[in-house]
Amino acid sequence: MTTILDPTDERVPVERQLTPRSGEVSGIVGLLDIRKPRGDVFLDRLDEQLQTKLPGVEIRRYTKPTFTKPCPDDLRLQIKDECDFVVEALAD
Amino acid sequence: MTDNRTLPAFTLADPTGNEHRFPSGRHALIAFVKEDCPTCNVAMPVIDALFKAYGDTVDFFVAGQTIEGNEKLAEVHNLAGPILDDSALKVAFEYDIDTVPTLYWANSKGEMIGEVIGFVRDEWQALDAEISKVTGSAPAVVDWPSLPEWRPGCGSLSVDPVIADRLRAEASNSPLRARSIDIAPADDEFEFMFDQGFTDGLPVVPPTPERVIRMLSGTKRDAQDIVAQMPPNMGDVTVEKIAINAVMAGCKPEYMPVLIAGIEAICTDEFNIHGVMATTMGAAPVMVINGPIRHKLDMNMKLGALGQGNRANATMGRALRLIVRNVGGAEPGGTERSTLGNPMKFTMCFPEWEERSNWDPLHVERGFEPEDSVLTVFAMTSGPTLIVDQDSREASQIAGSMAMSLESVFHPKAHRVGIDTLLVVCPEHVDTLSRGNYSKADLRRQIQAVTARPLRELIADENSGVGLKQEVADTMAAEKLDRMAPKFASEDFVHIVVAGSDAGKFSGAFHGWASGEIGSMPVSRKIEDG
Repeated sequence: MTTILDPTDERVPVERQLTPRSGEVSGIVGLLDIRKPRGDVFLDRLDEQLQTKLPGVEIRRYTKPTFTKPCPDDLRLQIKDECDFVVEALAD
Repeated sequence: MTDNRTLPAFTLADPTGNEHRFPSGRHALIAFVKEDCPTCNVAMPVIDALFKAYGDTVDFFVAGQTIEGNEKLAEVHNLAGPILDDSALKVAFEYDIDTVPTLYWANSKGEMIGEVIGFVRDEWQALDAEISKVTGSAPAVVDWPSLPEWRPGCGSLSVDPVIADRLRAEASNSPLRARSIDIAPADDEFEFMFDQGFTDGLPVVPPTPERVIRMLSGTKRDAQDIVAQMPPNMGDVTVEKIAINAVMAGCKPEYMPVLIAGIEAICTDEFNIHGVMATTMGAAPVMVINGPIRHKLDMNMKLGALGQGNRANATMGRALRLIVRNVGGAEPGGTERSTLGNPMKFTMCFPEWEERSNWDPLHVERGFEPEDSVLTVFAMTSGPTLIVDQDSREASQIAGSMAMSLESVFHPKAHRVGIDTLLVVCPEHVDTLSRGNYSKADLRRQIQAVTARPLRELIADENSGVGLKQEVADTMAAEKLDRMAPKFASEDFVHIVVAGSDAGKFSGAFHGWASGEIGSMPVSRKIEDG
């Protein structure tokens, strides 16, 4: 029998439960611009649509420093603390 | 002959399966022997005589190194006592035996009171006398004068280089901590590695513990030192994990310091390996090596330097990529999202031929001493794109040809770009540039001068939507549209090295990715000894 050593980081990802879906959007909705070109255009339109169709929700806008790097921890925690929902404009 | 160090405890089985434990609570004689050693065969009748003389009061542990050899020794010498099975060599390894035969004479607590290495008749006879004195038994019946005065011992199997690496890997103080994976005998180990997703699509060398131990001999760093945390998994890249992937890539142990420097470099915020791997544009780390280590590792900086065929060039680049995949977790289709991909994602590592020009080599330009060994890593999306100029005889013309070729970085209409480019100047082009006394700075200036275009030529049109948008151009005054825009936002984005064979007027260029703080910046690291 051949024995080899594991070349990976050996981490087992934590399984996370999806937050229960209530069927409606309420509270605070975060819109995250990751700084991909035209992501802001998309989020502006979404912002307008949400304000028109869901006047009760509060919209907060967030921006990553650059799309090429992971979201800074502080920003991630801020969004988590402040928002009930978040929409991320992921790609151009 | 006296030393009170406590000998390691062990348990070995005899041919009938009975286990013999040391220490046993009585005086003990431990003998390490192997069958194919002529000196052991001289010694075996003496060991047998000692057993017959003292076997009632002294415990004998005669440890043989192969199962077949043990059977043969017992048969040939018609031994009264058993030969214990140390074919795993673990006891010999733990006792750090170099030579067989080696004898240890121990007291009831397992402390060594005598040691004899090889066969020196007087020493063996003195040992017999001492055992006789301690036990009160009559001396062994040995015809001492008939024996040779002296015979050198033979090498213990436990120091055979191949076996010793396995024994080190399995020893209780082994530096290895990675999870062991047993591959069933029915499984093909190479297929298994593919199935587990450990490879880049090409076969890899199975990272057995003994191979990883051998790889670790290439660095003085502790195997569990964490060199970096690598995104996207933020996995700990330990020296051991680097060694495992280095084995898989086909590296030699002496490449380890380069790999450690490479991992440090790509895991900086400046280099941003996460973005380099994730981008749909398809970037890859390109390693350039400078300094004396190029020669020490027999790297190829001449004919075909950017291609295949040299082990150090090929496997160091590959190891880096395997670590990104296996420890960082960047896998195509996962967080690695390149639209086309490129062959540099398998490997790209080469040295600069520093001696072939009178220019400062890359690492000196970047602030290191000439005698430093340095790795510089670039995030490149394509290359080497060939720059073919077999006609120009003037330095300015060669530089101009390079400039024109570099206009294709990203897109010919994209000017003032903050994009790193790595220009690899071939020796024949170096000669032409040198005749014109061109420095690297002159070359950079000429690239900017020749590529400079008025903005009005860079407006998006029916042939291409790339460039200055018409609606923006409409707002600009005529004189502003006449302003000249060179290819690069700054000369600093043009990095220059020398490589390639003496024959051929073909230079090459690697084109970069998003540069600066929003993307990736070149990073240099000194390669430390060992």
